[in-house]
Amino acid sequence: MKVTIDNITLEVEQGTTIMQAARQIGPEIAPPAMCYYEPLKASGGKCRGCLVKVTAGSEKDPRPMPKLVPACLTQVQDGMIVENTINEEVLETRRGIVEFLLLNHPLDCPVCDQAGECHLQDFSFEHGVSNTRTAEERNTFEPTDLGPNIQLHMNRCILCYRCVYTADQITDGRVHGVMNRGDHAEISTYIDKAIDNDFSGNMIDVCPVGALTDKTYRFKSRVWFSKPVEAHCDCEKCSGQVTLWYKGDEVIRVTGRKNQWGEVKEFICNTCRFDRKKTSEWTIDGPTQISRHSVISANKYGANLIQPAFPISQAARDYKLINDDRDRSFLTDQIKLEAKK
Amino acid sequence: MKILTEHIDVPGIETIDVFCKHGGYQAVEKAIKKMTPDEVTEEVKKSGLRGRGGAGFPVGMKWSFLAKPEGIPRYLVCNADESEPGTFKDHYLMWKSPHTLIEGMIVSSFALGANTSYIYVRGELMYVIHILEKAIQEAYDKGYLGKNILGSGYDLDLYVQPGGGAYICGEETALLESLEGKRGNPRIKPPFPAVKGVWQCPTVVNNVESIAATSWIVNHGGDAYAAIGVGRSTGTKLISASGHIRKPGVYEIPLGITVEDFIYSDEWCGGIRDGHKLKAVVAGGSSVPILSAEMILNTADGEKRLMTYESLSDGGFATGTMLGSGGFIVMDETTCIVHNTLTFARFYHHESCGQCSPCREGTGWMDKVIYRIEHGKGRKEDIDLLVDVAKKIEGNTICPLGDAAAWPVAAAIRHFRDEFEWHIEHPELAIQPGAVYMRPGASWAQ
Repeated sequence: MKVTIDNITLEVEQGTTIMQAARQIGPEIAPPAMCYYEPLKASGGKCRGCLVKVTAGSEKDPRPMPKLVPACLTQVQDGMIVENTINEEVLETRRGIVEFLLLNHPLDCPVCDQAGECHLQDFSFEHGVSNTRTAEERNTFEPTDLGPNIQLHMNRCILCYRCVYTADQITDGRVHGVMNRGDHAEISTYIDKAIDNDFSGNMIDVCPVGALTDKTYRFKSRVWFSKPVEAHCDCEKCSGQVTLWYKGDEVIRVTGRKNQWGEVKEFICNTCRFDRKKTSEWTIDGPTQISRHSVISANKYGANLIQPAFPISQAARDYKLINDDRDRSFLTDQIKLEAKK
Repeated sequence: MKILTEHIDVPGIETIDVFCKHGGYQAVEKAIKKMTPDEVTEEVKKSGLRGRGGAGFPVGMKWSFLAKPEGIPRYLVCNADESEPGTFKDHYLMWKSPHTLIEGMIVSSFALGANTSYIYVRGELMYVIHILEKAIQEAYDKGYLGKNILGSGYDLDLYVQPGGGAYICGEETALLESLEGKRGNPRIKPPFPAVKGVWQCPTVVNNVESIAATSWIVNHGGDAYAAIGVGRSTGTKLISASGHIRKPGVYEIPLGITVEDFIYSDEWCGGIRDGHKLKAVVAGGSSVPILSAEMILNTADGEKRLMTYESLSDGGFATGTMLGSGGFIVMDETTCIVHNTLTFARFYHHESCGQCSPCREGTGWMDKVIYRIEHGKGRKEDIDLLVDVAKKIEGNTICPLGDAAAWPVAAAIRHFRDEFEWHIEHPELAIQPGAVYMRPGASWAQ
């Protein structure tokens, strides 16, 4: 199947979504995903951040789709033409989505544990506008404890439903969900029910913002001061493939290993996440590959050694003046006119 | 010409004996004994009957989209979750004459090959649910429901399901979720209910009025139904008229009468209440664009506007509106459009399901901004902000609730921008109780 995204054509298998196809091209083309999470079935379609324009539905039926469609759920058809970053309507809508998501989101990044690995930060940095148009007070909720290890800051939640799907699909028996509706909807547990399940900690990993945080890690560090290291152990419950986050010699946090899109590769159990915090309990595999653009890699791995993606010497050599021989006589006429005045 | 409400004032019409005396259940006898399901569908297609819930999609076409895989049950669900502000026609019909709906349900289920059908009624109408359940029991006792109906071998079970009282559950996929016992969040389409509906089986969801009309179509033929009305707007429509008119109520009109007739004739609304004159009309329930008096009475071409799907939407949203679900709200010059828009915006803020971000955040934002304007704290840039927010919600949401929330705000600003500006420029006057902006040259009395 052939699909064209932002003038780049590629071959994909049947059943691929626009999002998956765009991710095959690369992060410059891939639409942002706040709610879509590939390992979780049925996720996506809620944040509307990945809306794209389909300018031709398929080879057979080349009519454009009337509305913007969510890239995470729309399957590609043979000969489909999609516009993402080159379509002004898409970008304008995306600016609106950032604005909507930030409307009731507290800008408490300076005290939020998620800062630095927050998808909403990335999303608003890439697609948002710097000014604000709102004079309204934000909706607020009290933070609540979901069991001994997880704390919920409902203020920060963007209702992506990822944690709900995680509990549905990874754990045996979901005891939390979305209560109420509209902008007063909230994630909550049944009264007096703590989330106590061997895999509940994965909700922290899937949360795109700082709504669900690890209580064993709270306020211990900023992510960019900690150093991620891949490690594994023989765990009878899960794969044991984790990322250890070091501050000095101390393991301050354990998370699942995440791919380029911030999705965990293997869900891990709570014992690995919350209880194994000694280096002696792990076999170290090596440092985690972190994108050079990520704030997590700041101040580490020798920032002075970072090379630009293109050789500067070559750029200097190839530089030449543009030969512009357009008629400029009207400019001189203008100058003469102004001099007369 | 009355089809649904012909016998509605007959005493005891809610009982099956009186109903049968007035020609009730003849359609069931005719359809099941003399017709095949495809013939019934064909008649409905011929009738040109369009969905009465708001969108106006042809019913026959919707039925023909129903997937019919072997061995998988099909369902008919009646959407009686009428919760649109200004619309109360289904409530009236079910309360007065429940058998009209049940007869239509049997005929439609037969046409679709459904052996189980549901009527999803909004939870607030508990007394209507009791009336419907009593009527269904009567139909079971008479052999119109249950196993082997009229000896034909066709089985049908009909259930009434009370909703929890959420506007969003009137959206067909949210309704199905709620029917399955889940949180009433709209599903992401595709797949459409015609392929995967309730219990993941093919399902048709129709409005009460559409289903009720099918029994008349079976009795009299699709051509007879198509003969009523104008163009592609065929048959009759229940209009629930409310607001500043002499005779508010539910009226069954043949599609094609003029709007002017409907408002001023004694047969229908009877004109605007004494000493006042028409200012604006919301023609099809709160979610359709509001129009000023001149625009609702005449189209942009200067023709008289008719009560049809096409004529009301003539000119697009620039000068037109929609027939919608038939909630006809009439306002005289004592109505403050800003206040009215605030009421609508507050409703959608309260009823948004919160699943997708433009609607969840946008409805709340518009509500808060209009609240500020109404209470004398508006800023100059707020009007353009509202227009922009409405634009960014519209079309970018999972279900049509986002559109329904954006349209009334956008339209109120489009046609009554001066009122919003007056509120912002004269906050000290605007916050007075009952304060209404008068356009230059306008006056209170007629």
